[in-house]
Amino acid sequence: MVDPLVVDLSRLQFAATAMYHFLFVPLTLGLSFLMAVMESVYVMTGRSVWRKATLFWGTLFGINFAMGVATGVVMEFQFGMNWSYYSHYVGDIFGAPLAIEGLMAFFLEATFIGLFFFGWDRLKPVGHLVVTWLVAIGANFSALWILIANGWMQNPVGAAFNPDTMRMEVTDFMAVIFNPVAQAKFVHTVSAGYVTGSVFVLAVSAIFLLQKKHRDVSIRSMVVAASFGLAAALSVVVLGDESGYETTSHQKMKLAAMEDMYETEQAPASFTLFAIPTGNGQQFAVRIPWVFGLIATRSFDQPVIGIDDLVASAKTRISNGLVAYKALQQVRANPNDQIARQTFTQTQQDLGYALLLKQYPDGIENATNDDIANAAQSTVPDVWPLFWSFRIMVAVGFFYIAFFAFWFWKASTHRLETSRFWLKVAAWSLPLPWIAIESGWFLAEFGRQPWVVEGVLPTFYAASGLHWWDLVISLAFFLVTYTSLLVVMVWLLVRAIKYGPSETSVLDVNDNPSAHSAAIMEPAE
Amino acid sequence: MSSIPLDYETLRLIWWTLLGVLLIGFAIMGGMDLGIGALFPFVARTDEERRVLLNLSGPTWEGNQVWLVLGGGAIFAAWPAIYAASFSGFYIAMIAILLALILRPVGFKFRGKVSDPRWRTVWDWALFVGGFVPSLVFGVAVGNLFLGVPFRLDATMRATYEGNFFLLLTPFALLTGLVSLSMLATQGSVVIAARTSGEVAERARKYGKWAAASTLVLFVLGGVVALFVLGGYQVTSVQDHFGPSNPLAKTVIAAAGAWRTNYTSMPWMFIAPVLAIIGSLGAYLALEIRAKVLGIIGSSLAIFGIISTAGLSLFPFLMPSSVDPNSSFTVWDSSSSQMTLFIMLCATVIFLPIILAYTAWVYRVMRGPVTTTSLNRNPNAY
Repeated sequence: MVDPLVVDLSRLQFAATAMYHFLFVPLTLGLSFLMAVMESVYVMTGRSVWRKATLFWGTLFGINFAMGVATGVVMEFQFGMNWSYYSHYVGDIFGAPLAIEGLMAFFLEATFIGLFFFGWDRLKPVGHLVVTWLVAIGANFSALWILIANGWMQNPVGAAFNPDTMRMEVTDFMAVIFNPVAQAKFVHTVSAGYVTGSVFVLAVSAIFLLQKKHRDVSIRSMVVAASFGLAAALSVVVLGDESGYETTSHQKMKLAAMEDMYETEQAPASFTLFAIPTGNGQQFAVRIPWVFGLIATRSFDQPVIGIDDLVASAKTRISNGLVAYKALQQVRANPNDQIARQTFTQTQQDLGYALLLKQYPDGIENATNDDIANAAQSTVPDVWPLFWSFRIMVAVGFFYIAFFAFWFWKASTHRLETSRFWLKVAAWSLPLPWIAIESGWFLAEFGRQPWVVEGVLPTFYAASGLHWWDLVISLAFFLVTYTSLLVVMVWLLVRAIKYGPSETSVLDVNDNPSAHSAAIMEPAE
Repeated sequence: MSSIPLDYETLRLIWWTLLGVLLIGFAIMGGMDLGIGALFPFVARTDEERRVLLNLSGPTWEGNQVWLVLGGGAIFAAWPAIYAASFSGFYIAMIAILLALILRPVGFKFRGKVSDPRWRTVWDWALFVGGFVPSLVFGVAVGNLFLGVPFRLDATMRATYEGNFFLLLTPFALLTGLVSLSMLATQGSVVIAARTSGEVAERARKYGKWAAASTLVLFVLGGVVALFVLGGYQVTSVQDHFGPSNPLAKTVIAAAGAWRTNYTSMPWMFIAPVLAIIGSLGAYLALEIRAKVLGIIGSSLAIFGIISTAGLSLFPFLMPSSVDPNSSFTVWDSSSSQMTLFIMLCATVIFLPIILAYTAWVYRVMRGPVTTTSLNRNPNAY
């Protein structure tokens, strides 16, 4: 068995690198479309202020994009590096969307990003506009395929275990692509990215207006961001609700844990607005009747299953999994044993539950009743982090619906600059999308524990058999490198924002190298 | 599985070929940028010269690197067991490569944002490391495939690695590392020589000739060592080319001279090393006589020949095991399922031509020499 310390460090490393990566991705998703919209207006109206806006947001986009690329390559390699048994066990299914992501999305995005920056004076305006749209579409395709892969980890459809190769294999690729969990996740996640991009544009523009600078670009950017942001904020919540509904059908444990719900609640279940989860009952609970039943089941007459009942059902699945495991051993010993194969086929959906027993010294074959009870109990993730991350995410989501509705109203009535107070609120709300997004990502991944693939493969069983010092080296390396680069990136963003949108457009740049480089390299402090 | 129009054996061969295509694609396309990175401090001495090189790679390097990313994805999807065992086994070496891959995008983007020379020196180092380290480490990894990798599989197909990073650095692996470094440095220098002018181009020619010559010499030396000095591995049981992927179903022995077997049974394979030699010679001569396009063709041909030589010599092995040869991964027992191989093939057949078409278009738009004047016309220049 893999050293538990290695498993913990591997999890920490994957979580840290994924969450760092996800600081940059949402802004790329949102800002790319906002730039494409602004450049479209430029091409349609011919007004150079829109090109100035596109160039300005493009500069910030580029700095962020570089960090996204730097932290993104790591993600693809880490499955094999730290989760090698996972890679073997589910690579037949999980690898395909990743490779298609490369073919369909990365090439598109990466090939045209260069032209976005270097093609301004080499392409006609329409040609460059097409390039910008292709970058935005490429970035969003990328989100589609990685979330199809992630959706499969949450709801492993279209696959079956093959005893001859000891791994999961694809049986229905269309089911993997059209996995309802993946589809719900995709639209929810990209919408969250659009909200992030809109908040970024709106907040930076608000700072400019507070400083009474760059009014031409700021006003126009705010109008675009407020409209796009309102649509995005509505869809992020509505589609997040869809995601919650899908969770009901496929991940009942995650749902019960994020609601801190130990006992099955009769329909219609209430929603706990606020409480202190204690592990055995809530304190100071503020409940809203009916709401949770509506979110989870979209009905008034279906109960939401609580953690205790789910543990009981996990126990049954472990016993059933033991039958599958024994049949598998028989098939491995004698591949022609048709009776064992048949037994295995009938019980294999619970094989993963038997693997939970691998974490105890007795192993699977000699598992005691205590081991089985403990294994069933181990299917409960830690409740309070899920409970709170869910509430933070939802609160921010609702805040942004109100926020963008307000700014959309201000934009429609030409009152963007009338109140310094509201401009300050806009500026200060800049970090919130990242808090919501990281909470959401945490909820999705931590809530799936102890599984790396829900019901199929336990996380502790999926890790590579590395030494703990390998992990210490790599974890230290990632934390130091990423944090240093993040600091540098934020500093460069602040500098570029201070410099602001430039009148120096591509076509009328001074050819004098020193004067020019002084102009673009050294913003006034 | 009768609904899949291609048989398993054919699909496995196609994916073995496609893996080669992706690696060669990366070495030719991404190799330009890695080579430029590895030569960066030597070929370009002043800040302005360095900016010329950065802006030569700048508009296209991200797309070029996707060949590597796709290579990684393709190994994961088509050869999951190999992806699992190699990426975890070569853990620290992978971290070194990741260091490079993290530094490159930020190096390109951040360097030009501040004009302080100290700032720029830091990123110059980052870009040099970002080009030099992967060029070397990729070759070291290939050398270790010839030597066998110390891993074994248990009955659940879990791979356990029994070596460490320093055991990778054997003399033969360092030799193949240097072949890879010289090969990619040649690729970088022919592109610099073709698209810049003045002192930068001249220095690129000088270093490029050294690189091409050492590619040739080290490749031949490595070939002689691999064929006549090293042991090798041989499958000693009959392998079912159509059966489920189970590496433990065969027997393998370590045998002296085993890497010669393919060349005696299939002499046409000699075409690969011959192309490698012709290509490096061609790159050398083209740099000598200042033939720009010929240099790129020669160097790319050398890359094609060298990577093909490695793949064909190892065939049917993809990753032999030194501590438990029976655990070795071959083309016939480490692929993903027939259905996944087929689905991935469909995706590749649809998208690869589209990718090649738009990449060609982007290169066409960005064609022409890179000079200090041309980069000062673009405020987005690096």
